[in-house]
Amino acid sequence: MITLIKRIFRAGWHGLTRDGGMMVANVFIMTMAVSVVTSLFLFSNISQFVIGSIQEKVDVSVYFKYEATESDIMQAKESIAELPEVEEITYISKEKALENFTETHKDNVVLMESLAEVGANPFLASLGIRAAQANQYEAVVNYLENSNLNYLFEKIDYYQRKPVIDRIYALNSSFNRIGFALSLILIIVASLVAFNAVRLSIYNSREEIKIQKLVGASNWFVRGPFLVQGAICGFFAALISLLLFTLLTLGFNSQVAVLFPDLHLFSFFMSSFWMILLVQLLTGVVLGVVSGLVAVRRYLKV
Amino acid sequence: MIKFESVNKIYPPNTIALNDVSFEISPKEFVCLVGKSGAGKTTLLKLLMAEERPSSGKVFFDNQEVQAIASEHLPYLRRKIGAVFQDYRLLPSKTAYENVAYAMETIGASDEEISRDVAEVLDIVGLKDKACNFPAQLSGGERQRVAIARALIHRPEVILADEPTGNLDPYNTLDIIRLLLKINEFGTTVVLSTHNREVVNSLAKRAITLNEGKIIRDEKIGRFIL
Repeated sequence: MITLIKRIFRAGWHGLTRDGGMMVANVFIMTMAVSVVTSLFLFSNISQFVIGSIQEKVDVSVYFKYEATESDIMQAKESIAELPEVEEITYISKEKALENFTETHKDNVVLMESLAEVGANPFLASLGIRAAQANQYEAVVNYLENSNLNYLFEKIDYYQRKPVIDRIYALNSSFNRIGFALSLILIIVASLVAFNAVRLSIYNSREEIKIQKLVGASNWFVRGPFLVQGAICGFFAALISLLLFTLLTLGFNSQVAVLFPDLHLFSFFMSSFWMILLVQLLTGVVLGVVSGLVAVRRYLKV
Repeated sequence: MIKFESVNKIYPPNTIALNDVSFEISPKEFVCLVGKSGAGKTTLLKLLMAEERPSSGKVFFDNQEVQAIASEHLPYLRRKIGAVFQDYRLLPSKTAYENVAYAMETIGASDEEISRDVAEVLDIVGLKDKACNFPAQLSGGERQRVAIARALIHRPEVILADEPTGNLDPYNTLDIIRLLLKINEFGTTVVLSTHNREVVNSLAKRAITLNEGKIIRDEKIGRFIL
């Protein structure tokens, strides 16, 4: 068995190295297929990252009545924190709200003068609530409106932000839907192109396959070297694609940072390096082996 | 050893390649299949190797009906047969040595057996010095000798030679025929399909003559008469 496997691998390797042109063509086409899958993998992760970082900037604020005490607010905070949808709650006291406003608008003379005219601190204490998902804000707000702490609330700042939250939710879900459909189509197209390249090279070997069968070779002895060749081409395609994406992410790192300041493309790529390598190797090798398996089948009927 | 029983072969739509063909070949025989091009010689050999199926009738090899053998067991039948073709049918991406070794690899011979036997057989066919040449680097006669070496390396029970001298000059033709006779002397059955008058007449072996798919003559010491 070991001798048989060794011979199959040797025959596969010889078949490739003795027909260098065909090997280069196959590796090139499979590199494109692997690169399409890698781009989709990266794009999907980057879009999730970007949407996630936008979501992090969205929250619902609950403003408390002027007379609400800090212990009332803390009690409300604890109660709201128990909701499974809630990921984070930030308490902003009246003093902190005033401080934030002053800090933000210190250069705006009109606003500062108006604030001085009012005299006392006009700001209300608030809780900033962030849900895990954009579509969970509705549930959080429903809870707040119907809770027994409702009498403490001056205003729930949700309906003003609802259009933004809804848009993010819609963007996220349509991104997922379109991304999935697009990925599926591109993966099918890339696989078909790679399959066709392997099929053509096996078509060129159809006479050889016939001879091998007539000499007494079993189906696996004939098929094996083609599968090895497919796997080797897939392996090289994965390595070339990896190198290509490493250089691309490094090259476009600063340009992407201008568009999305939170996103460091190269660091992002390197943080998923092993996963990307695995995806590429799996795509390349599986594509090569399966294409070989399917393409060689019809010529084995001798 | 080989038996054809009322075999008919019709290629669609209605080309009759073999018409009610019946004959037997005993072990260690040297038989010439004689006939013009299109007489049905190649079809007959293809049926024996299970490359084609008869439209009706039965083909037996070692008392086993060839067409009843399941496809996964066909390699075992083919390993008992050594085939030589007019167009050599060598594997172009393998050297002469590798082409011959391939037949042994299929039967699972060890590397030691392969290196010993292949060197010996290449020596017998006079190609020891060209073991590393690819088929494209060999002459027609040399290619055919590689094909014969491949056919006999695994000591088959029978060698089927389909017009092995069809593409060769008289000198190489004589060489190949001498080789086949030598193989037969060692006890291997040889079935030689040919339309070469000189070859058939000089051999003075059994000749089965085919014409338009029918056996018209089967003589112990045959002559080329058409």
